[in-house]
Amino acid sequence: MIISIKINGIHHELDSDPSTPLLWVIREQIGLTGTKFGCGIAQCGACTVHLNGIPIRSCTTPLGSVIDQEITTIEGITPPASDVLHHVQQAWLEVQVPQCGYCQSGQIMAAVALLNKNKNPNDDQINTAMKGNICRCGTYPRIKTGIKKAIQLMQANINSPKDA
Amino acid sequence: MRKLTRRAFIGTGLLASGALVIGVSIQPGNRSEKVADLIADADEYVFNIWIKISPDNTVTIIVPHAEMGQGVHTTLALMLADEMDADWDKVIISEAPAQEEYTNHMLLKGFVARDIDFPNFLINTVDGAFLKIGKIINFQVTGGSASIRFTGQLGMRISGASTRQLLIKAAAAQWQLPEKELSAQKSFIHHEKSGKKEAFFTFAQAAALLEPETNPTLKSVDQYQLMGTSPPRKDLPLKVTGEALYGMDIQLPGMKYASIKASPVFGCKVTSVDASSLKKIKGFYQVVTLENAVAVIADGFWLAKQALNKVVIKFEKNDAQNIHQKGVFEQLRYDLNQAELNNDFNIDFKTGVIPDQKIKSKDQFEATYRVPFLAHATMEPMNCTAWIHDGICEIWIGSQNPLGIKSEVADLLDIEMKNVQVYNQYLGGGFGRRSETDVALQAAWIARETTHPIKLIWTREEDIQHDFYREANLSQFKAVLNSQGKPSIWINQFLFKHHPPEASIPPYLIPNQLIQHTESTLHVPWGNWRSVDHSMHGFFIESFIDELAHLQNEDPFEYRASLLAHQPRFLKVLNKAAEKSSWHQSLPENWGRGIAIHQSFGTIVAEVVELRIIEDKIHIERVVCVADAGFAMHRDAFIAQMESGIIYGLTAALYGEITIKNGAVEQHNFHDHKMLRMDETPIIETYIINSHEKIGGAGEPSTPVIAPALVNAIFNATGKRIRTLPIQNFDLLS
Ligand code: FES
Ligand code: FES
Repeated sequence: MIISIKINGIHHELDSDPSTPLLWVIREQIGLTGTKFGCGIAQCGACTVHLNGIPIRSCTTPLGSVIDQEITTIEGITPPASDVLHHVQQAWLEVQVPQCGYCQSGQIMAAVALLNKNKNPNDDQINTAMKGNICRCGTYPRIKTGIKKAIQLMQANINSPKDA
Repeated sequence: MRKLTRRAFIGTGLLASGALVIGVSIQPGNRSEKVADLIADADEYVFNIWIKISPDNTVTIIVPHAEMGQGVHTTLALMLADEMDADWDKVIISEAPAQEEYTNHMLLKGFVARDIDFPNFLINTVDGAFLKIGKIINFQVTGGSASIRFTGQLGMRISGASTRQLLIKAAAAQWQLPEKELSAQKSFIHHEKSGKKEAFFTFAQAAALLEPETNPTLKSVDQYQLMGTSPPRKDLPLKVTGEALYGMDIQLPGMKYASIKASPVFGCKVTSVDASSLKKIKGFYQVVTLENAVAVIADGFWLAKQALNKVVIKFEKNDAQNIHQKGVFEQLRYDLNQAELNNDFNIDFKTGVIPDQKIKSKDQFEATYRVPFLAHATMEPMNCTAWIHDGICEIWIGSQNPLGIKSEVADLLDIEMKNVQVYNQYLGGGFGRRSETDVALQAAWIARETTHPIKLIWTREEDIQHDFYREANLSQFKAVLNSQGKPSIWINQFLFKHHPPEASIPPYLIPNQLIQHTESTLHVPWGNWRSVDHSMHGFFIESFIDELAHLQNEDPFEYRASLLAHQPRFLKVLNKAAEKSSWHQSLPENWGRGIAIHQSFGTIVAEVVELRIIEDKIHIERVVCVADAGFAMHRDAFIAQMESGIIYGLTAALYGEITIKNGAVEQHNFHDHKMLRMDETPIIETYIINSHEKIGGAGEPSTPVIAPALVNAIFNATGKRIRTLPIQNFDLLS
């Protein structure tokens, strides 16, 4: 079945079974590997992408349910061809958040979604937004610091170039 | 390719013991094809295994360890760059490919000899001996918190220093100036008097012809420029944009995907496979039957997984089918009792006098602790991509042991090792799990059945159920206290012994000690789990000593301190933990504090847990961690490892448990195998003591300390002593 989807602003026509989870379509058919597989059952958040700005678990989202809606992956959180990092990514580098890094695309997507709807979340709100994302390397304290740093950067509107 | 001669090997490597790979063979006219791809063009020179200086004066540092999140690439490169006085901003890091030349004999030296201070005259012999061992067992493993201690201290620093001296020598010759007047700074050689200054690369060619310094002078602490600082990790920019490539992310033209199901009961053979229902599925490609697993190849992973679900697989039946978790613990208990009855233990450590006859039970305090099987649950599920074509096998994987893969895959396929190429990728967590070769062997087996590159991906369920597990164990203590309430006899008996050998020995001054173990046969495969034997002995020893303190109504911190007078390093760490946690300040009701201290991999760590119990729920508020690793080479990466090890250990202490039912693992995925999440994570404060003693590890030493600090805090808050992990099985309301 031919299905049309929109990822990071680009339309794709795919010949795919509509029950295929979005995660595998993004990774294998579109070739964007920043979105990760961790559990396949909506328990870890490694596969988090945005659907119309809302964070979803792409591992349990059937392709057929997102036809022509706005899907954003880690590769698309800054405007295409822009050479600056997102405030959250920049904050992540300042705080030196990642360790193995495997969970971090999902963490960043969850954090970006949180800050899009709440510009100044408190600790409880951060916990609620982030507790769906597992990090086996235990970067949670730094993720929390990173989110607070991102808030500061957003308020000051400081952008740094990608290759900084 | 010309063989490295022993003379050549000594001539270039020697003390640098990069020796193993240093390269006469890489000098012009004698270039090893195996390292050729590390040399971009004819104008570049490889000084030895670890360093390359390019015409644009960038320094590429080749690190023989896998990056699994611990920042080891940055830290090792930083040690070398500091000794070399290279410009950190122009340092590029690349990982050594899995080639025999890169066999990591530093690690072996550290492990086998357990002491990095070799007398100088022995170094040749030792290097020679380990060269041999290294080659035979193909050791290029990242683990044992060894990277910095051995590769870093013995290899990277010496290489850096020796390279700097070579460059200075070459510059002195060219400029006709005394070496003494020259210095290296930020990848330039300077002559201060004349203001002359030239880039390192200018002297590369001349330096490559000189004999490397066999015993270079290393910097003293006050000369460190980079060591001990926290420059940003070089692997992180790619890890925030999603561009870092893990094994999981490899994409090759014509690649197919495989999903696999191994026998739920470990090691049972496949007896029959019925895949007749698959023919109709679009995108389905092939079924491959392995010895004790069945795989399906398809156009995508999801398709492969769906198809595999439809295959009817029968596995052989054996006695293991009757094994249940309760039985495992009964067996351990039985074997421990039998060893006691027959006095049939292996002695780990004995000192003083242990009375032969049974001690009267009223004089003796006894406790037995129990820990479960643990899985690693790396964030990136196991996976491997393999492609067999034209008589060679190419492997893409994130591995702690790429050379092991190379040799085992060569054996499996019956081809020469040189025909197996392993391309190591970033690891989505290692923790010991990725030192195994099982997934690579499966991938090679499957790839052999087709001409396509195959990406084999395990489901999380497969990952949890086919791990190599930290053993379940029992540890029994008996202590006799003297008139001051301090232990005069300490007897500790448990099962199993892997490494390191000193894991079960308490640091405390106890005159009479007997520490011994026996064996038991389990069908559950064993593997290195972050901190290995320390992961349990830290809990056993530090729980028991806490119980003794309470038995005497003594403060558990003071009690430990009184037994550590002979160990000034320990005492300093312990005191600082007490100070930073405000140990002596009283807490509100239902709050508790617990302390523990343990040394592993050369690093002493003390932790204080502060928590609050609301009804039966534990809220861990704060962990104070004090660590003495001799010197923290990369300060921030070290702190990050302490945090990481604590959180990893907290998951295990609170929730970690693999149980066996009908011979198979009962847990499946994160819904029934719980992980600590952000909302349960305490504030962690880490304090570093740089004692300048021998360098210790970073990746593991904070893990063994957290479980005992936690149960000790629970006792402090509730008066309830938890002797069996995980804590979630304990009813705090009971
Ligand atoms: S992979 Fe989707 S939540 Fe874990
Ligand atoms: S950084 Fe490794 S799992 Fe989060």
